Amino acid sequence: MREILHRIGKFCLALAALLAAVPAAADTLRIGYIDPLSGGAASAGLNAQKHMVFFIDQINAAGGLNGQKLELLSYDNKVNPQESLIMLKKAIDEGARIIMQGNGSSVALALTDAVLKHNERNPGKEVLFFNYAAIDPALTNEKCNFWHFRFDADVDMKMAAFGDVIAKDKDIHKVYLINQDYSFGKAVAAAAHRILAAKRPDVQIVGDELHPLQKVQDFSPYVAKIKASGADTVITGNWSNDMLLLFKAGKDAGLKVNWFTYYGGGLGSVPAIGKDGVGYLKQVTEHHKNVMPTLLPEEAAFEKRFTDKSDELYYWRVRNMFHMLQAAAKKAKSNDPVKIAKALEGLRMDTPLGPSEMRADNHQYLQPLFVSTLSDKTKYDVEKSGLGFKTDEKIAAADTAMPTTCKMTRP
Amino acid sequence: MREIVAFSLLNGAVYGLLLFMLSSGLTLIFSMMGVLNFAHASVFMLGAYFSWQISRWIGFWPALVVAPLLCGLIGAAIERYGLRGVHRQGHVAEILFTFGLAYVIGELVIMGWGRNPIENRVPAVIDFAAFRVFGTSYPFYKVLMTLISVGMFTFLYLAFKRTRVGLVIQAALTHPQMVGALGHDVPRLFVLVFAIGSALAGLAGVIGGFALLTEPNMAAALGPIVFVVVVVGGLGSIPGAFVASMLIGIVQTFAVAVDYSLMDLLRTLGASVPASPFLREVVSVKLAQAAPMIPYLLLVLVLIVRPRGLMGTRET
Repeated sequence: MREILHRIGKFCLALAALLAAVPAAADTLRIGYIDPLSGGAASAGLNAQKHMVFFIDQINAAGGLNGQKLELLSYDNKVNPQESLIMLKKAIDEGARIIMQGNGSSVALALTDAVLKHNERNPGKEVLFFNYAAIDPALTNEKCNFWHFRFDADVDMKMAAFGDVIAKDKDIHKVYLINQDYSFGKAVAAAAHRILAAKRPDVQIVGDELHPLQKVQDFSPYVAKIKASGADTVITGNWSNDMLLLFKAGKDAGLKVNWFTYYGGGLGSVPAIGKDGVGYLKQVTEHHKNVMPTLLPEEAAFEKRFTDKSDELYYWRVRNMFHMLQAAAKKAKSNDPVKIAKALEGLRMDTPLGPSEMRADNHQYLQPLFVSTLSDKTKYDVEKSGLGFKTDEKIAAADTAMPTTCKMTRP
Repeated sequence: MREIVAFSLLNGAVYGLLLFMLSSGLTLIFSMMGVLNFAHASVFMLGAYFSWQISRWIGFWPALVVAPLLCGLIGAAIERYGLRGVHRQGHVAEILFTFGLAYVIGELVIMGWGRNPIENRVPAVIDFAAFRVFGTSYPFYKVLMTLISVGMFTFLYLAFKRTRVGLVIQAALTHPQMVGALGHDVPRLFVLVFAIGSALAGLAGVIGGFALLTEPNMAAALGPIVFVVVVVGGLGSIPGAFVASMLIGIVQTFAVAVDYSLMDLLRTLGASVPASPFLREVVSVKLAQAAPMIPYLLLVLVLIVRPRGLMGTRET
């Protein structure tokens, strides 16, 4: 009998704790983070999650947004658009007012549509969509809407940065494009054609290859084609295995070309590529560890908190995203998503790397971009590999802006 | 043109041999035990990680021997303490068991070595050019891979056609009671077969680890293509697996080199180009773009036309 009473007592206590927890949590501003947290793409999603935790804790330690604490809710979408929509619904049901996502433009396109629909149908319960890595230009052009904000430079902006470097490098004559056969890869190829024609019309595009996404194990036939074309430069948007295997096959065949990559320096890539990439592997990013003479304080703090070999402040743009959120909430004097969104439009912010701005016309964030080359003589290395990136070219935020076709309706 | 043909043949043959290396152990286990081992690619992955770890301690050549042996031991343990118990429940239970095992191994690898690819470079002792063709150097490790792959084939073929143990194992597959009655320890034979199959997977992993990427998804990435090889070759046929590997390797590699589409074919034949935008899109896909899909097309075709595979002895 006492046993039963004891159990009932325990149950009541647990129930009380649960009920007590709900109102307390309702006082927070909830951020729904939707990205792959299991399966093949999990490493990217889990790493970005650490960034979210880090900057949310930083804001909370400083008193939160207008006195309100932030709370992170994480949802695993397995980089699947359908799954993401279910997770979005779940996040909104659990009270998230800001959705954050980055991996996969297909996912971002699905989410931005769903967020738009939700906001039209639920006035007063609007949610914002902060995109930190999906870079299909469509998201800030024909598919743009008021609720979506992108904090990473899009495909065209990054290609324009490469174009600036290629315009100056008169040793580049023949360029080979190799990309994954889906919307993003095609966008990279299209941007390369357009931007090279404008910035270096004398450069010849000797190949334009599309291969199936993450299906190729042996890239040596592709490399044989690149070699046969006489290319001195390869431009590729390949990521993850497609990037690493392509590079490996190139090394095996003794291919000596400049590699202009979108994700050659991505998480986990540099240790796998190793010293074969020194001098050849280039990337375009908003940040790398040697961007300043010494490590920035936030980078040092991040590495102090997360001590795994691959833990580094890779997503500098996530840092900018949270600082912009903070600045917008301060400017709006409110944490209401609609007011934050309005405050974000045209908002300027100084970062340690230079001025930045959220464009009002298409919600594309402008921040300085850096084209850099892998080197074995840098002060700070990537993921304890002994190799780091060295800046070739810095493009100021204002110079990264591209024309837009975005026509959004504002509430 | 001669250059492209020569390179495609070479690259295709080498890729084919890599595929054979991967699938030989699986074919062996299937042909001798009738178990479709979904954890095969996972053991391959373990081979890659083990060899990387061991070669950091004692060098590449010892690792080339030790890592496959370790995988063989693990295979033996899987058979003895896992599969044998499940065997009584029939084939579905066996398949489910190996399927689950693949997940477990994947998670263990993530716990041990992390989620990101490790820097598994071609070991310095074999990182040199073996020969040059048309101005392109050819890495020695690919030659080594070829030798190992051909060696595996010869070993398997001779061991099971020409040795006593091989004959006993073959007999044990179809008539286990009879073989047992003749005084052979059938369960031990199965442990042996599974161990050899796993050791072969491990050996493939040592080479495949640096030829491809060593990362926790490598098992999932290679699993499908290995099954294609085994099904196309004919379930249980080692020469079949060899022929299928080479066929897939060479056809796929040649396809990548072909920058023509159905559209070009229609044009040369003088036929009219389809008007509907959808059809137009379909026919303008270049063969090169579709190349990595060819093995799977082949799989479907074989299953329709010749379900027992090229050289198989029984229906799939």
